[in-house]
Amino acid sequence: MSEEVKLMKGNEAIAHAAIRCGCDGYFGYPITPQSEVLETLMEVEPWKTTGMVVLQAESEVSAINMVYGGAGSGKKVMTSSSSPGVSLKQEGVSYLAGAELPALIVNVMRGGPGLGTIQPSQADYFQTVKGGGHGDYRLIALAPASVQEMADFVGLAFDLAFKYRNPAIILADGVIGQMMEKVVLPDFKPRRTDEEIEKECPWAAVGKPKNRKPNIITSLELQPDAMEQNNLRFQAKYKAIEENEVRYEEIMCEDAEYLLVAFGSSARICQKACQIAREKGIKLGLLRPITLWPFPTKAIAEYANKVKAMLTVELNAGQMVEDVRLAVNGKVPVEHYGRLGGIVYTPDEIVEAVKNKLM
Amino acid sequence: MTEEIIIAGFGGQGVLSMGKILAYSGLMQGKEVSWMPAYGPEQRGGTANVTVILSDEKISSPILNQYDTAIILNQQSLDKFEKAVKPGGTLIYDPYGITSEPTRTDINIYKINAMDTSIEMNAPKSFNMIILGGLLKIRPIVELENVLKGLKKTLPERHHHLIPMNEEALKKGMEIIRGK
Repeated sequence: MSEEVKLMKGNEAIAHAAIRCGCDGYFGYPITPQSEVLETLMEVEPWKTTGMVVLQAESEVSAINMVYGGAGSGKKVMTSSSSPGVSLKQEGVSYLAGAELPALIVNVMRGGPGLGTIQPSQADYFQTVKGGGHGDYRLIALAPASVQEMADFVGLAFDLAFKYRNPAIILADGVIGQMMEKVVLPDFKPRRTDEEIEKECPWAAVGKPKNRKPNIITSLELQPDAMEQNNLRFQAKYKAIEENEVRYEEIMCEDAEYLLVAFGSSARICQKACQIAREKGIKLGLLRPITLWPFPTKAIAEYANKVKAMLTVELNAGQMVEDVRLAVNGKVPVEHYGRLGGIVYTPDEIVEAVKNKLM
Repeated sequence: MTEEIIIAGFGGQGVLSMGKILAYSGLMQGKEVSWMPAYGPEQRGGTANVTVILSDEKISSPILNQYDTAIILNQQSLDKFEKAVKPGGTLIYDPYGITSEPTRTDINIYKINAMDTSIEMNAPKSFNMIILGGLLKIRPIVELENVLKGLKKTLPERHHHLIPMNEEALKKGMEIIRGK
């Protein structure tokens, strides 16, 4: 670990971490509040050092299809955008999932629907974990709550994407993208050589040697029998991910009588809300899903036996609350508190919501 | 120790960069820091503000509704943030362009004529450093030496010759800040 502590924005951390984890290519298009990802990459010019390609495409649609091409040849490739841009990418995301390609998508969410605002929001939860594009597919979804996690999750997302041959997404928001915090960047890892890629990705389209059949990268399968088999294979993979890759953090939960469930920037604000609540004698804890899919269903179900009620705190009109309710299955009341369209709640507001909705 | 600070004024006054220098100074002093700007259209001519937290502990929420210290550089920001200072906290303001003065009696209020002084010094760009100097006189949360190190980190190398001028502005701010 190069222990030098730096101060940077979450978006900048994403860019630096991409270069350091041996990313082969970034394809993007600017949009607030994530433009610093592309800007930082252009400033650092990694094509001169690691050989990483950085390309501003003519649109988000183009960028995600460049990702498809790069991923199809076994390269470590990524794109980033904010909500409206990520909507544009959804067809490509579905194709990546259907062709079982590893890739990283970063969404630094802003208020919607439509062009909406450029202020922070978490209203793309449904889009991220319930589909977004068409078909029965899943994305491995990581929700960073600090600039450090923005840096750490780039390498983690790529590792998971390649392990399961599945696209992964980092779901951040304007707060985490724009704020500056201390960060220790990961060590430099060289980009993989062509030989390493051939060895690690025997499925990749890297130029056909004489001794094997051609590798075909496609999501198209016109025979329904075969397409059902493909889908069953995807489902088995998703089940393995659900069993092995759930990540979450418990904060002040040990003696909690009431539980907040929040991810990303909301979890940071909720942490402060827990401190304030405890000063007032309310035993409030926080469960922070780090993976939004696979969701920490079991952990939340266990808390349903321990706490009196739960409140999901999300910068949306109530999305993750549905998954929490599924996990709790009616055992205790589960309420939702949110702000919409780019407005961010304060810690005091959340404590008030706990009092009004749970007590 | 945790110091929760809001800096608010017009876009273009150097609000965000003052916050950045303060955050870097905290980093140099070995503190935990967070810098959360109100970004976007607010930067372009409207009001701009940034929340800076310096702490000996890990920082939870980067977004707050109450502050230990508010640095106020225009009337709109005074209207919005005077009430957000914690009782016993500190409000520092530049009276330039202020039409109705702060009125709270349960906080410590300080005045700093940074705008006029920066013009007198023929260095309008060091306005925000005068303000920062004033803050550090009242709330010595970081040492001057670490602010200078912070400046070095924030300014691109081609601007490093401006550091002595900024140091002068910081010291001037320490001189001219007054209790209300």
